[in-house]
Amino acid sequence: MASIEKDSVSGQMTTGHEWDGIKELNTPLPKWWVWVFWATVIWSIGYWVVMPTWPTISDYSRGMLNYSSRANLGDDLKAQQASRAKFTAMLAATPLEEVSKNKDLLNFALTGGKIAFGENCSACHAAGGVGVAGAYPTLADDEWIWGGTLADIQQTISHGVRNEDPDSRQSEMPVFGTGDPLDKAQLDQLADYVVSLAAKAPAAGSPGEAIFVERCSACHAEDGSGTAALGAPALNNNLWLWKANAKQSNKDVVLAQVTAPKHGSMPTWAGRLDAATIKMLAVYVHSLGGGK
Amino acid sequence: MSSNTDATRYCEDVVKKFVLAAIFWGVVGFLAGDFIAWQLAFPALNLDLEWTSFGRLRPVHTSAVIFAFGGNILFSTSLYVVQRTSRAELFGGRGLGNFIFWNFQALIVVAALTYVLGFTSGQEYAEPEWWIDLWLTVIWVAYLIAFAGTIMKRKEPHIYVANWFFFSMILTVAMLHLGNNLAVPAALFGGSLMKSYNVFGGVQNAMTQWWYGHNAVGFFLTAGFLAMMYYFVPKRAERPVYSYRLSIVHFWALIFLYIWAGPHHLHYTALPDWAQTLGMTFSIMLWMPSWGGMINGLMTLSGAWDKLRTDPVMRFLVTSVAFYGMSTFEGPMMSIKAVNSLSHYTDWTVGHVHSGALGWVAFVTFGSLYYLVPKLWGRKEVYSLKLVGTHFWVATIGVVLYITAMWISGIMQGLMWRAYDSMGFLQYSFIETVEAMHPYYVIRALGGLLFVLGALVMVYNFVKTIKGDVAEESLAPAASGAR
Repeated sequence: MASIEKDSVSGQMTTGHEWDGIKELNTPLPKWWVWVFWATVIWSIGYWVVMPTWPTISDYSRGMLNYSSRANLGDDLKAQQASRAKFTAMLAATPLEEVSKNKDLLNFALTGGKIAFGENCSACHAAGGVGVAGAYPTLADDEWIWGGTLADIQQTISHGVRNEDPDSRQSEMPVFGTGDPLDKAQLDQLADYVVSLAAKAPAAGSPGEAIFVERCSACHAEDGSGTAALGAPALNNNLWLWKANAKQSNKDVVLAQVTAPKHGSMPTWAGRLDAATIKMLAVYVHSLGGGK
Repeated sequence: MSSNTDATRYCEDVVKKFVLAAIFWGVVGFLAGDFIAWQLAFPALNLDLEWTSFGRLRPVHTSAVIFAFGGNILFSTSLYVVQRTSRAELFGGRGLGNFIFWNFQALIVVAALTYVLGFTSGQEYAEPEWWIDLWLTVIWVAYLIAFAGTIMKRKEPHIYVANWFFFSMILTVAMLHLGNNLAVPAALFGGSLMKSYNVFGGVQNAMTQWWYGHNAVGFFLTAGFLAMMYYFVPKRAERPVYSYRLSIVHFWALIFLYIWAGPHHLHYTALPDWAQTLGMTFSIMLWMPSWGGMINGLMTLSGAWDKLRTDPVMRFLVTSVAFYGMSTFEGPMMSIKAVNSLSHYTDWTVGHVHSGALGWVAFVTFGSLYYLVPKLWGRKEVYSLKLVGTHFWVATIGVVLYITAMWISGIMQGLMWRAYDSMGFLQYSFIETVEAMHPYYVIRALGGLLFVLGALVMVYNFVKTIKGDVAEESLAPAASGAR
């Protein structure tokens, strides 16, 4: 064991201990360090006096300020509702079609709709309603599977598509090519015709046209313009809901949907969002690109 | 120094193994971390496979760096330091040491496999299922016996400060591990071996989790690595420890105050206000006790400051202490509720953790390794000090890029979340905040890449050192004279 000695650099004495060659100086605690430490202790004691701090058997000390984060949150929410109250009331009293007549109200609905869309809808329909190829329809264009009027959009948002809500949009595309007399060659002809429809150059007089008129036109209409009430999308355009990537050929997409139809589903939002928010969403979605 | 040169034999074979394991798992953990950082910037890197998804790789990263890298370095340095400063051979000798080593490495592999296969107990930083927890308990008790046994048979009259810190780490981690992993295995009721339910639910579970999580930082990543600092800084600086008194006062203040600070992770949650108050105030009182370690580390250099210029190993050690000081100021500041309401759940927290983890934990480890590896393998010095300098600068730039990117991203994220427009609506939707963070995620991942590259330079340097090579520049008279 080493003895107590003076360190020539600092002038401090060592403690006289030594471990594997390491010695220690007996330097006093830095004054500022001690003072700042006590300052944080005193500050903490002050904080304990004014804020909720000490648990008791079934309660806790409230502190002089009687602070409660739960009450604070309630106040904040109320204040926020109050800041929107004027327009929310106006929105409730205004029929959906007339919202756009009041510029301020329209601005309110579009702003609130945009943020509600971002929080609730963009997970599937993507930011700005551009949709996800092969999965979720684009809302920022003028093609509507279930109708593009304000009332149609409001209905779809409120009750969704193909879910357990009895008011949700319902329809089902039948399966072709399994258990019915369409053979592979006929399916091929049909798909060729649908592709020509989409290219806006329908192959008039082709065998595919005859099959289309017989099997498909009841829902998709003879000219392929679709029927919104049935959720039967227009086929006479170059929009492909179920085309996940550009490498897939249009014909393959048609064949896949005809032989093994996919059906989109959307949750019901009434009950999760209040009526005013749904109204704002309808106005916002209607404004995105092509409300009817 | 003469008193320690007697013929005490030290068990260094196990220490060497732990050192090699620490280096190996360090590189694995850094790579995993940087990969998931790129995933956050470019989600396609999840590869659409369940095994490589962010949710499964993230615990692989955190466990690899904290427990595999950090754990192995703590095992190696504690078993090295306790023998040297006690002047006693390892209690239990090679046998007990090897038992700890091989079981711990096997446990790391098994735990990582279960994460990737989708098994988790759901407790952050304590994800392994119950039987892995029990296995770890056995390993940890063996470690406690080896460490405490060595202290018991010491030939020095006093216990060195590094050993106080190591010992407090071992005891507290045992308590935390058992407390947070109290779970009922589903197998007791005919369920799967791979499933258990924590005995705590709801906010009590959250509180237990953060009591564990915060003190894992406090005792594993702070106390344990302060112990390393208390040995390797005075050793490398060849100066006495600045203040014995400060080491006593800050040690007891630190371990008493740290254990209460966990609730600051649960501000503005269902946790009762009183618990939030206590968590916050104890965090603030923790500021100076934490800085006690920084003062002792930095001031030990008085009389040896010139070494910062000449010795890149010293630069690693000193910079680590500076990062330690910065993060232990930032931590109490972020625990203040008003600050926390902005910082919580944002990348700021991620940046804070990494300024501690990269800047402090990893840097003090690198500094210690650069001292330890040549010593253990009987070399005069590491293969190339110049490469140590390269590692230092590459890693430092990486850390700075990482934390500044996360500061900016986190504060921006927090401000965007709370922004309201004049009509009382949120100004931004969540996805807009995610889009805004993208460039910072790229910068962060680049910073992480630099950190990985630095570690690879270190690996190269150690391979050469262990082989016994000496770089040309070290043979020049000027360089050899500097040591």
